[in-house]
Amino acid sequence: MREFIDGSTAIVRGALDAGCTFFAGYPITPASPILMHILRELPKVGGVAIQAEDEIASIGMCIGATLSGSRAMTATSGPGLSLYSENIGLAIMGEVPLVIVDVQRLGPATGGATTVGQGDVQFVRWGTGGGYPVIALAPSTVAECYSLTRRAFDLAERFRCPVFLLTDKELDMTSVTVETESYERPPVRARAVLAAPVARAAPVAGAAPVASATRGANAAPAVIANPPPYRYEPADGVSPLAQYGGDVLVRFTGSTHDERALITKAPSKVAALNEHLRAKIEQHADEIELVELDQDSGARTLLVSYGVTAGAMHEAVARLRAAGRAVSALVVKSLWPVPERALRTALLDVDRVVVGELNHGQYRREVERLAPGLEVRGVNRVDGELITPEQFMEAAR
Amino acid sequence: MTLGTTVTPLSSYRNETPYPFCPGCGHGPILDHLNAALVKLALDPRQVVLVSDIGCSGLSDQYFATSAFHGLHGRSITYATGIKLARPDLKVIVVMGDGGTGIGGAHLLSAARRNIGVTVLVFNNFNFGMTGGQHSTTTPQGAVTSTTPGGNLERPLDICATVAANGAGFVWRGTSFDKDLADRIAEAVRAECFALLDIWELCTAYFVASNQASRKTLATTLDQLGLKAGLLHREEYPEYSAAYRAESERVRGKALAGPRALEPRFRATLDRPFRLVIAGSAGGKVRSAARLVAEAAMLSGLWAAQRDDYPITVKTGHSLSELVLAPTEIRYTGVTRPDAMIVVSDEGLAKCGRQLAAMTAEDRLFALPAFASAKTKARVTTIDPTRSTLKIGGGRLVLYCATLALRELGFLPIEALEAAATRNPEFADENLATIGAALAAGTG
Repeated sequence: MREFIDGSTAIVRGALDAGCTFFAGYPITPASPILMHILRELPKVGGVAIQAEDEIASIGMCIGATLSGSRAMTATSGPGLSLYSENIGLAIMGEVPLVIVDVQRLGPATGGATTVGQGDVQFVRWGTGGGYPVIALAPSTVAECYSLTRRAFDLAERFRCPVFLLTDKELDMTSVTVETESYERPPVRARAVLAAPVARAAPVAGAAPVASATRGANAAPAVIANPPPYRYEPADGVSPLAQYGGDVLVRFTGSTHDERALITKAPSKVAALNEHLRAKIEQHADEIELVELDQDSGARTLLVSYGVTAGAMHEAVARLRAAGRAVSALVVKSLWPVPERALRTALLDVDRVVVGELNHGQYRREVERLAPGLEVRGVNRVDGELITPEQFMEAAR
Repeated sequence: MTLGTTVTPLSSYRNETPYPFCPGCGHGPILDHLNAALVKLALDPRQVVLVSDIGCSGLSDQYFATSAFHGLHGRSITYATGIKLARPDLKVIVVMGDGGTGIGGAHLLSAARRNIGVTVLVFNNFNFGMTGGQHSTTTPQGAVTSTTPGGNLERPLDICATVAANGAGFVWRGTSFDKDLADRIAEAVRAECFALLDIWELCTAYFVASNQASRKTLATTLDQLGLKAGLLHREEYPEYSAAYRAESERVRGKALAGPRALEPRFRATLDRPFRLVIAGSAGGKVRSAARLVAEAAMLSGLWAAQRDDYPITVKTGHSLSELVLAPTEIRYTGVTRPDAMIVVSDEGLAKCGRQLAAMTAEDRLFALPAFASAKTKARVTTIDPTRSTLKIGGGRLVLYCATLALRELGFLPIEALEAAATRNPEFADENLATIGAALAAGTG
């Protein structure tokens, strides 16, 4: 079956199919269609969607709701993402699963509200203080807006962290024909929730003594079995999420904390936390890696792109091959962490790399880092227009 | 969520950790009152979430045996709102300083306006105690702080009047010395509305030292500012998370917006991608007419892409729709050189000069008589709606022109456009009349 659909609609459908139950957002072009659409949909499934007073409140509400059992998403564009910044850090520090859609527009500042851009690539990577890793996916088609939204919800739970879905005005607001059979449906895991151990735990410091009515009036107070909400051993492990209103007491903090979520300055504990926040993502980069490599035997030139720009690249590749040119192409769909394994494979046997993106070369620097000795050319555009197939062809000449 | 065991209340909701506050600081006494209130309320500690802001009062949650959230400065109310929206059954209590009412002022106002069921305790000691005694929103005029060495020039914020005027359900003002504070906190939590308690207290590290403040001056300052203490406002109307759920019930279980099938019923004769641009004015139904063309193409077995461009002001200026119609999947949606263009307004024409210049003699321009002399090498076909017996107003103009353009271009049957035009019964008659009028009048 074929339908005529834009990226915004596909993202909302992907979120609902992934089990999203909470959305908070603030109006901003070109992300508003997501807000308006999901506001009508979530109540149908018993979820909550709200227009918050600003972007800070949007992500703040999402964090609070996630810790209360919701699976949350928010959507904004570059200016709004700036206001998310501090809370992105909180979500990283507190290990909050969260999907953040950034529908990129031309920046900086108010920039071009209805104009396409891909200028937030490094911004999402380094968008909060501290310099800790995040995950960012970039759909290159409307069908991928659906599937990668699902994937984002899955990765958010897998790694307990904010996951960015990096799209843009053209992808989200351009309607295209999609074969509904072509939607990939990656599995979305259930949340691992911290539960009280079945066997009564020994009293631990900080646990609340509670008299249990099931044990008779004269019985000694029971203890709410309260396992620590975090674990830093092994450093790359991810612990289940402690949720409010369940059978454990929950402590959550954005301050540097130990496994019990108590504020600490003890260097060994501080180091363990911070190494954990790094290792849980960086040591599992291969699990996150997602690319589409279209290799041509004998090709000495590799075209690289992501997001909406990949469309022009595909067109260029088709035309070059039709003209007898051997050329390979790579669409990067997991921008962060950089899919180094896949990039290195794609870079084998080529002399020249062309990286096309709607910014001044933000991802080219990541490719250059992995391509010593190779000629790396950029195809860049910041005039609000899409990169054309001709531009890729010219750079590949 | 049901709990595994039935829990009876605690004899104390404090844990064993002693407070870290300065001697004479009001925070400890307020927290003791909060503890007493929780004992009175007899709540399961797992059903209580203490959300603390930043500053000395932000340390508070660590001394309680309830659930806790310690987030960013000024944003405590946003987290509390998220928690309450997701789990309306929980008791959510925010502990913030006067500093939080400044940096988080927008959240305070919005939470009051929503009447979201959280209880906010403002530990109001008129300055930033943790960061060195700087002035805050509530510092009285003339008061000396580390950032108002000559005396504060700003008027203090009347927190209570502000939230009361903006929808809070429960507003109380008092001091950390008040014997009934625990009762008032318990009442506020029970009220299940946006409840704020503005609790005045002493910062012995800074404000007391710089302003000879004392328990007595709290009262005189109140008088000087013309402010009242006690229960200042009580209003009962629906709490937001409950109201949201009641409202949601109307649509609960209804079908989600799924795919709307556009299965081929007609045949197109197009063997390559065809790029059609429609250039008109905002408010002129350019996008909806373009959508009908795209749907007609899909009903004819083609793939379509529609990219719209318009100014942020929606109802003024240009409106451009770029269509790509193709026999195979479309990966690139940009249009540098259109195969055909329809121009219906000055604003549209002004926006597509570059595309018009890129067109060649193989391409087609369909234009109202006024735009037939546009600078282009494309073959021009004039469309004059005054030839029609039907009055072609602004809302019909683009579909009228598109109908004739599609007939001239000939790669998809007009019946497909008619089928697309009747998919929405609301506009079916008007659309069919427009298409029929165009076909009857013809080009020229």
